[in-house]
Amino acid sequence: MVKEEDVMHIAELADIGISAGELKKFTEQFNAILEYFDILDTLEIKEKLERPLVNVFREDEVIESITQEEALRNTHNPEDGYIRAPKVV
Amino acid sequence: MDEFNAYLNTTEIESSAKGILSGIRVSVKDNISTKDIETTCASKILKGYIPPYDAHAVVLLKNAGAAIAGKTNMDEFGMGSTTENSAFGPSLNPRDKTRVTGGSSGGSAAAVAGGLVSMALGSDTGGSIRCPAAYCGIVGLKPSYGRVSRFGLIAYANSFEQIGPLAANVTDTAKLFSVIAGHDKKDSTSVSKPYDFSTLKSDIKGKVIGIPKEYFGEGVDADVAAQVRKGIAKLEELGAKTKEISLPSMKYALSAYYVTCTCEASSNLDRFDGVRYGPEPEMNLPWHDAYTKVREAGFGNEVRRRILLGTFALSAGYFGKYYVKAQHAKQLIAKDFAHALTDCDFLAGPTMPNVAPKIGELTSDPLQMYLTDILTVPVNIAGIPAISLPCGSAHGLPVGLQLMGRMYGEEALLNAALAFEEAQ
Repeated sequence: MVKEEDVMHIAELADIGISAGELKKFTEQFNAILEYFDILDTLEIKEKLERPLVNVFREDEVIESITQEEALRNTHNPEDGYIRAPKVV
Repeated sequence: MDEFNAYLNTTEIESSAKGILSGIRVSVKDNISTKDIETTCASKILKGYIPPYDAHAVVLLKNAGAAIAGKTNMDEFGMGSTTENSAFGPSLNPRDKTRVTGGSSGGSAAAVAGGLVSMALGSDTGGSIRCPAAYCGIVGLKPSYGRVSRFGLIAYANSFEQIGPLAANVTDTAKLFSVIAGHDKKDSTSVSKPYDFSTLKSDIKGKVIGIPKEYFGEGVDADVAAQVRKGIAKLEELGAKTKEISLPSMKYALSAYYVTCTCEASSNLDRFDGVRYGPEPEMNLPWHDAYTKVREAGFGNEVRRRILLGTFALSAGYFGKYYVKAQHAKQLIAKDFAHALTDCDFLAGPTMPNVAPKIGELTSDPLQMYLTDILTVPVNIAGIPAISLPCGSAHGLPVGLQLMGRMYGEEALLNAALAFEEAQ
């Protein structure tokens, strides 16, 4: 069983925000879903995981791309060709 | 904007190119990037976002002469099976406007079923093309993984999702698929398997169709099952041979799917913090607080629930219990399907275990909503193509027959689908 404080902790890790009012319901739903996932515990692992996909490499070539102006047009805080973000420290 | 709330944006994009889609208007799901046209994934967190480039599939549409009729409603970021998780209200099923369209490509399905356009692009991560096609009584194809470029498709669960066509009939579905299939070097999982529309011909005689007993098991509405059995009998009349088979790993499919897709979502949706696009973060707050405020206000409940589940399943102490087990389950499921599809040309069953629910019927219980995906998610895990075809009705509402084919076997799948459609 996952407790309310666990859900709050995960919400903090994910920067997702949960209000006190919705915590109980989220926790209940979370536990119902996790209980359903428990069927994976009955799985007997006999084989190694195969990895059918392989890396696809190509030469690093210069091609036409979007302009700096276009890349910045959706931000609220452009500055000298950069994007300003909230303070980290 | 329209009577079915199918569209989020109806800015038309004309094309001057001449091609197979000249003079045809195509709707595009709102998680597929359109240059200079707002693309929101039906989320408040992308309200006002204007992509600086087109998705590869959109470039191909324009090159083929199609006009883009607008951007269609969906469950936020593709997370849902009814389109009720849209931040802009649910789409209404043109067959019965008190019922959901299915999802997550509900707006695309409603636009086609409601006669607003003849074809539309959707995306299918765990059934998001086939489910609304079934509920709205139209055709929807989930292509083989890699056959259509995902470049410009705003990612939710990369290892499962594919862009694909929805249309009123098999011929239009195949025509739209022929335009979007093929290699794109901007998507590293893209394969070089174009589809030639001129190969489409009605062909089912002598084909072997496996009927997995799990597709008619617990939770499948009896009237839906009976209707699909009638459809399968029709395929037999047309000369197909059927045999009962079993996919024993199916019991793990829903858990393996939801563990994997929530893990991928928790990583993919990390980028929505308001810095490069979306609502402006409060610049004077410490960054965790600023991002948390943006994300709490910008994401709906289902999106936050899936990010939480994924973050939990990937966290220390739980990674082995959930994510690793899910990957092993996926491998078993993929092998079950590959094995079944060596003897059988196709597998057949219902697309959805039910008919379209009433609006609001499933919204209070997320697990019940997830359970309706039980017959569609295995195909995304196996990577194979599958098509949902109109197959009569139950409880007065459309039923979908799901035909599943071999990897990269869309040619044979569409030919069989056409034979079925012509016999209706």
